[in-house]
Amino acid sequence: MSAIPVQQVGRTLYIHILRHNPCDPLSEAHLQTFELEEADAMTLFIALNEIRENHDPSLQFDFVCRAGICGSCGMIINGRPGLACRTLTKDLPDNITLAPLPAFELIGDLSVNTGKWMRGMSEQLETWVHSQGLENADIDSLEQTMEPELAEQLYELERCIECGCCIAACGTALMREDFIGAVGLNQITRFQLDPRDQRSDAQFYQLVGDDSGVFGCMTLLGCEDMCPKQLPLATQIAFLRRRMAMV
Amino acid sequence: MQIIYTDVLVIGGGLAGQRAAIGAKRRGQEVIVLSLVPAKRSHSSAAQGGMQASLGNCLGGSGDNEDIHFTDTVRGSDWGADQDVVRMFTHTAPKAIRELAAWGVPWNRVQRGDRQITVNGEKQTITEKDEAHGLITSRNFGGTQKWRACYVADGTGHAMLYTMSNQAIAANIPVHERMEAIALIHQDGRCCGAIVRNLMTGELLAYVAKATCIATGGFGRIYRVSTNAIINEGMGAAIALETGIATLGNMEAIQFHPTGIFPAGILVTEGCRGDGGLLLDGSQHRFMPDYEPEKAELASRDVVSRRMEEHITAGHAAQSRFGEHLWLDIRLLGAQHINTKLREVKEICQYFLGVDPAHDLIPVRPAQHYSMGGVRTNHRGESPQLRGLFSAGESACWDMHGFNRLGGNSVAETVVAGMIVGESMADFCDSADGALNISTSLVEHFGKQQQQQLGIIADPAGNESAFALMKQMQETMTANVGIFRDEPRLQEAVTTLQDLQRRSRNIRLRSSAAGANPELVAAYRVQRMLKLAQCVAYGALQRNESRGAHFRADYPQRNDLDWMRRTLASWPDAEADLPTLNYEDLDIMRMEIPPGWRGYGARDYIDHPDTARRQQQIDTLLGELGPADRYQQQEAVMPFKQLLPEHLRGTNQRLGDEE
Ligand SMILES: Cc1cc2nc3c(=O)[nH]c(=O)nc-3n(C[C@H](O)[C@H](O)[C@H](O)COP(=O)(O)OP(=O)(O)OC[C@H]3O[C@@H](n4cnc5c(N)ncnc54)[C@H](O)[C@@H]3O)c2cc1C
Repeated sequence: MSAIPVQQVGRTLYIHILRHNPCDPLSEAHLQTFELEEADAMTLFIALNEIRENHDPSLQFDFVCRAGICGSCGMIINGRPGLACRTLTKDLPDNITLAPLPAFELIGDLSVNTGKWMRGMSEQLETWVHSQGLENADIDSLEQTMEPELAEQLYELERCIECGCCIAACGTALMREDFIGAVGLNQITRFQLDPRDQRSDAQFYQLVGDDSGVFGCMTLLGCEDMCPKQLPLATQIAFLRRRMAMV
Repeated sequence: MQIIYTDVLVIGGGLAGQRAAIGAKRRGQEVIVLSLVPAKRSHSSAAQGGMQASLGNCLGGSGDNEDIHFTDTVRGSDWGADQDVVRMFTHTAPKAIRELAAWGVPWNRVQRGDRQITVNGEKQTITEKDEAHGLITSRNFGGTQKWRACYVADGTGHAMLYTMSNQAIAANIPVHERMEAIALIHQDGRCCGAIVRNLMTGELLAYVAKATCIATGGFGRIYRVSTNAIINEGMGAAIALETGIATLGNMEAIQFHPTGIFPAGILVTEGCRGDGGLLLDGSQHRFMPDYEPEKAELASRDVVSRRMEEHITAGHAAQSRFGEHLWLDIRLLGAQHINTKLREVKEICQYFLGVDPAHDLIPVRPAQHYSMGGVRTNHRGESPQLRGLFSAGESACWDMHGFNRLGGNSVAETVVAGMIVGESMADFCDSADGALNISTSLVEHFGKQQQQQLGIIADPAGNESAFALMKQMQETMTANVGIFRDEPRLQEAVTTLQDLQRRSRNIRLRSSAAGANPELVAAYRVQRMLKLAQCVAYGALQRNESRGAHFRADYPQRNDLDWMRRTLASWPDAEADLPTLNYEDLDIMRMEIPPGWRGYGARDYIDHPDTARRQQQIDTLLGELGPADRYQQQEAVMPFKQLLPEHLRGTNQRLGDEE
């Protein structure tokens, strides 16, 4: 296996990055521009690593799977939240502006603490199957059956990767710190649909039946437009709202 | 330095780590999990195709049981695996999947009635049984006799990890995210926790624990072309190695997956071939049946990857501007199937290749994928050398994969190992051995040592770039310690790595940024990764045989006579430039299945005299037993249930069992 020849396609990219290091008391938020030769099939993952390796080793960003699966690399790309790892530079103009996702605690440059936010959301909404006797579940006998179609529907909602793009794209979330956003509401619909979860509608209502939940949504639809997994978020919220109104 | 005390410290928030944590917590232990990243972003989330467990619900799986899963796994391992552990695993896997089903994983289910499948390039209609309707279904995978990989579309790992993480949150287990263990604290052969670096602030702190579990996943990033996440740098295995006491098992056993997309190396699942996809060459000829008439595309991964590279070398590759590759064809599965069962694959093709796999071929080439080796433990997950140190999941070598892992056996292993090792750690903490007497000065000493080492890196005297060293290591490994290995190339790799290791003591940082400083992170990691890489290269150089994924072009036969042995690497002298290798015998006389032909791949191997003796012994044992069911027969040959925690010993029920 020989080295992959990387063909240069000649375009110069101007990547403007919103820099700030909260660990450094002297740091102030500023835009810094890096010039980069575009390579064939270049993604922002490749571009950012090249900047770190060749231009500024202190640049902070988060990548894990680099395959659009883990949700680590959400950032604002020319004004829109998206996953950097699967954004090809060829789909962007010469000038590319990158900023950290708003609404999350900044760790540094493009790295934000989505993990802490998501764990908080999970704790608040108790995003797990609530069922009696899980600790002593009988795991020797045949499993409970489930309709194949229902299993597929559940997975459809479970494809959320908690990347935070919907929060960054949400008018309410930017104004209300306690808003659980589309990511949280989607989880509620997921567990409400799951027959293994024994919580009642009233209990779900307790969790999301106010302005920090389902009634905080202004139906601007940013969440659904920006969701990298194309989850039907707005539909889910509308559904939940109707259902909550009946409780 | 801040010191945090806990009973159990689990280093790693993937499937293995979190399941072990839940187990220990249920037993009343205080548990803390550390992770480089938010737990749900661990690499387990990237597993696509499935989890093996012999439920046997769907038609393709009917008749499956632990015995067949056991046979497949042992053959897959090319007889490198510890058969006790494989037995424990295949017996517990159905329980693991049923537990996850109760916990919330939306496993795909059997739909009664007719459905179309694709086999050998052709459509067939099969009829699923009424009584199986709604039970967990499974798909075909490589190297297996039955359809055994249970799945959630092609987001199996994601669904499993989310359910697992949510259950850990429900159990109130703290996960300290963006925390990196950089050294183990130990004294007199007893591990007492870890020195940890905060990846947000750069601060060092100490976690002191009765039991410490390394569940840090694989180390694929020592290679340039890998399907692994970029955080898979093997720091857990490395810090175990750096104790100078704990050993790493079979590090030379590295798996290359046949279908990394070319050139990025991102994986498309084996499920593509399991569901009926084909491999084509440059002239769009289906070549695998020419080499492997028995299993074609669904031989084990080591065999398929070798055949692909062989075919490329023979001049049959497709060409692209990035170089040579082959094609994966899943067009024949149809858009409907791809859009529901292979949607991550579809997204990956769409975003990274700009193609639609329902209409276009996918360019693929084998890429580093899995580390069979890792922290050597016994069947309970305990390090035999360092008391209080445990390991589970891909980072461990309790040795159920030997020299080749079967697809779908890894996520299954993570959960099973978590279920077992969580109990082991709780037992240990509750026992007299668990008591911990450790002075703060010892902890401070380990902390200072790390502080000092970081200080040396930051010293402006050096002239080497951490990023450049990392690249050179990865190039060397991909070029010289790949699918086809031989002495000259391995020797070159060993020498290059020695040189890189020397140079890595002279790294100079260009940045002194406050906080975690990504350049400093790269610097201290590359120093440790080089040691792991050397364990792989040097171990491969010494092993003069071919077994599973370790293929020596200059020693193409499996050699049971000389190599029924597991490599154990340690690094007792920190200044040394090579690991110390020792070998541990695998006792054929204790095996349930003595070595033989795998059912695919090469047929010739050098026999061990014990093989015939053991076979005869087994035949006699079974003869003496007389009429008996399969459980009794198994028990007569190689009893294993006593090795399992008591609550995991029950018989697995299956559809169609006699009541
Ligand atoms: C693309 C891909 C697809 C796959 N598909 C399948 C499949 O379909 N079926 C299958 O069976 N297997 C599959 N595998 C293999 C399987 O996914 C992995 O082997 C398995 O998930 C590993 O789980 P783990 O819990 O051991 O480690 P991981 O999930 O990798 O977790 C490791 C954890 O350790 C943490 N960590 C690492 N180092 C440190 C440190 N120094 N300090 C603190 N924390 C640390 C990380 O943050 C992470 O939380 C696939 C692998 C890949 C690469």
